[in-house]
Amino acid sequence: MLVSILHRVTGAGLSIVGLAVLTWWLTAVAAGPDAYASFAKVVTSPLGLVVLVGLTWAFFQHLLSGIRHLAMDTGAAFDLRINKLFAVMTIAGSLFLTALTWYFLMGVGK
Amino acid sequence: MSVGESSTPLGRVRGLGSARAGGEHWLTERVTSIALLLLGTWLIASLLILPKLDVRTIVEWLRAPSAAVPMALLIVIGFKHALDGMKVVVDDYVHEPGNNFALNTLLLFLAVGGGALALFALARIAFGVAG
Repeated sequence: MLVSILHRVTGAGLSIVGLAVLTWWLTAVAAGPDAYASFAKVVTSPLGLVVLVGLTWAFFQHLLSGIRHLAMDTGAAFDLRINKLFAVMTIAGSLFLTALTWYFLMGVGK
Repeated sequence: MSVGESSTPLGRVRGLGSARAGGEHWLTERVTSIALLLLGTWLIASLLILPKLDVRTIVEWLRAPSAAVPMALLIVIGFKHALDGMKVVVDDYVHEPGNNFALNTLLLFLAVGGGALALFALARIAFGVAG
């Protein structure tokens, strides 16, 4: 239940905020160094980083719960215990992959 | 045909209900999701592998077809998948026909407009107008 709701919320977040950031990023790169500097200033601010980390988590959560839904489309994993285990695994997995991604992003000093 | 059964025998063979459409929306959502699994993972992996994330490095990276082509696919398929998904959410919660049409039309315009803007920016980078 929770994971199903998370799938919708993260999907809507990625659709609106995620695609907006992707489009802004590409237009800033295309517009040149000055535009890119103002983009970088916003996304590396504390609030900007919260949004970027949130988008990373939303991506991994949506990806993992999406795989879960694809598996369930085949009729698999409807047994309550296995279903719940997979649901919990999507949350644990998304948190782990988000932490791993940002560990490497910070680690190389970007 | 019994009461409450809305599909004709031919419609049942074709896998269609009385609306005679809708199956392809469901399938498209799933096929694009598999493509985005690959493309989204590619984008995050690429950002981690790039030595720096300054404008010069990104322009150089996106000028190579090996990055420009998957990025173009990510834009087109990403906006398509977002539009399909948001339509499901809108149709689930907004039942009044006028509001439903207005919201779905707004989302369609946003997706097509946003996708065109992102593709145009990518083209400027990839074909060397920018940077």
